[in-house]
Amino acid sequence: MINFISDAAVITKRQLLQLSRVPELLLFSTIQPIMFVLLFRYVFGGSIDTGQPGGYVQLLMPGIFVQTVAFTLAGTAVGLAADMQKGLIDRFRSLPISRSAVVIGRTLGDGALNIVVLTAMGVAGYAVGWRPTSSLFEVFLGFVFLLVFGFAMSWIGVLIGLSVREERVATNATFIVVFPLTFLSNAFAPTTGMPKPLQYVAEWNPVSTMVAACRELFGLENQFGATAGSFPSENPLQMSVIYMILIMAIFIPLSIRKYNNAAKK
Amino acid sequence: MKAVIAENLVKTYNKGAVKALDGLNLDVEEGTVLGVLGPNGAGKTTTVRILATLLSPDSGNATVAGIDVLKHPDEVRKLIGLSGQYAAVDETLTGWDNLIMFGRLYHLSAQATKQRAIELLEQFALSDAAKRPIKTYSGGMRRRLDLAASLIIRPKVLFLDEPTTGLDPRGRQDMWGVIDDLVKGGVTLLLTTQYLEEADHLADEIAVIDHGKVIARGTSDSLKKQVGGERLEIVVENEHLEIVKDIVARVSGSAINVDEGLRQISAPVTTGSKALIEAAKMLDEKGIHPLDIGLKRPSLDDVFLSLTGHVAEEKKEEEASVNKGRRRGK
Ligand SMILES: Nc1ncnc2c1ncn2[C@@H]1O[C@H](COP(=O)(O)OP(=O)(O)OP(=O)(O)O)[C@@H](O)[C@H]1O
Ligand SMILES: [Mg+2]
Repeated sequence: MINFISDAAVITKRQLLQLSRVPELLLFSTIQPIMFVLLFRYVFGGSIDTGQPGGYVQLLMPGIFVQTVAFTLAGTAVGLAADMQKGLIDRFRSLPISRSAVVIGRTLGDGALNIVVLTAMGVAGYAVGWRPTSSLFEVFLGFVFLLVFGFAMSWIGVLIGLSVREERVATNATFIVVFPLTFLSNAFAPTTGMPKPLQYVAEWNPVSTMVAACRELFGLENQFGATAGSFPSENPLQMSVIYMILIMAIFIPLSIRKYNNAAKK
Repeated sequence: MKAVIAENLVKTYNKGAVKALDGLNLDVEEGTVLGVLGPNGAGKTTTVRILATLLSPDSGNATVAGIDVLKHPDEVRKLIGLSGQYAAVDETLTGWDNLIMFGRLYHLSAQATKQRAIELLEQFALSDAAKRPIKTYSGGMRRRLDLAASLIIRPKVLFLDEPTTGLDPRGRQDMWGVIDDLVKGGVTLLLTTQYLEEADHLADEIAVIDHGKVIARGTSDSLKKQVGGERLEIVVENEHLEIVKDIVARVSGSAINVDEGLRQISAPVTTGSKALIEAAKMLDEKGIHPLDIGLKRPSLDDVFLSLTGHVAEEKKEEEASVNKGRRRGK
């Protein structure tokens, strides 16, 4: 057990070291979401009437936070696929280390990177007018939610990365997964404007319940269309917790099995 | 004691369509070097990956240091070092970072890891480059760092998959030196190669594999014998051809072989240098000065050719591209 923790810690540390050796990596993974904040705030901000005090930016920030942590999946998948391709996974597997340490270390590392990214985004959001109206504790809880969600998504990335085994394929595959997930949601525009059948999809989407949960925690009202009054719309917090547990319960065992079964190929 | 045993390893891909290993048997005596020699696609990497616990065979058994590779892979991993066909290190990190990372993953203490990293960097002439990202390393440096990473725990059994493929002649010499030192240190080594010269130089014993099977094995000398013993070869001016045929036939006592174009007469001999001296004396008595005279032992190339035949061309290309110092495109 002690070995397991130290093995995972070594792998996590490796990732943080990579960031310090290639600072551009951290720079760009931070600049991109900040760019999103600015673009959406100033390009769409004027044309979307939210009916919320403080304007669009209040609704936007939780949406962009969730989108950003959802993309943790991509980072994990691409990183692992590259490790596969370069034979590093083989090397790790030839070492006397715990079976799951490599993937757990990786997801923790990618999760930890989100702390930096979310902090930078929060500051940028504040600068352009984002003001949570809830208590400090609720705001904090919101960020904890985001971090855990990012960690859960990262496990989907493990499975994708180990399955495609190639960096460039992983990049494309993750876009196909994450883009619909984040845009078919309430993250950037209210779902009430969508065709009715799509509203169901969008509102049950884990990204939407996460966004709704964060909005609630940051002191905002949510609007729901088709599913108004149903469980996810009434209880976005609980629903998000259920989703996170579900994602982890499914993808952690699948991913670890995939890692171990790489031997059969 | 045998440090490595592989029995009847079979591994197929694509539902049996590709037979990577087809009942492969080999063993390595403790403290010795086995060179696994084979052309592209012979099954070298597959063999190494199975022995290093990375791949399970369809059938067959393997033990490393007496431990069953399939039943107790974790125990095996504590004893082996593996340096794969392509350097597998974290390119964005420095050489130092990589060694520290692998040391910690072998569960050495922080202090012991640092100590060992310093030693290895020194041993592999990488101390100056220790703080540079691997990305900036040359192919040879990368290969050496990769090897260093596999030696952190001073493994009992070391697997090197084509350690010099893609290196220029200088890099190859350096790598040979490094491997020679390791072997003197007493490690058991299984090394794969496509270069006969390399197997000849580094290995105590050679197993020639082709299509997933060992088709010959023995010391480099015994393999050469398998193809045939020594031959006496004399090259002379055309005018002396007839007399020399006579001399060679007398010295050898068996059928002679004449190549009119090359003006070369050859025949198998059993008495080695004695036969050579005898022939030289007889030529001298007749006042003939040959253009060339010598005893020729079959080269490993001959061994390989006579055993596999079909790969001769492919191998030649490989050799040529390495001599030009190009990296193998793969
Ligand atoms: N994952 C795989 N899927 C399908 N076929 C494979 C796979 N891995 C290896 N093979 C096949 O198995 C055979 C043996 O491959 P192997 O890599 O062991 O050869 P090798 O001797 O190492 O060759 P090289 O000198 O090119 O490295 C080849 O025909 C190869 O195409
Ligand atoms: Mg190979």
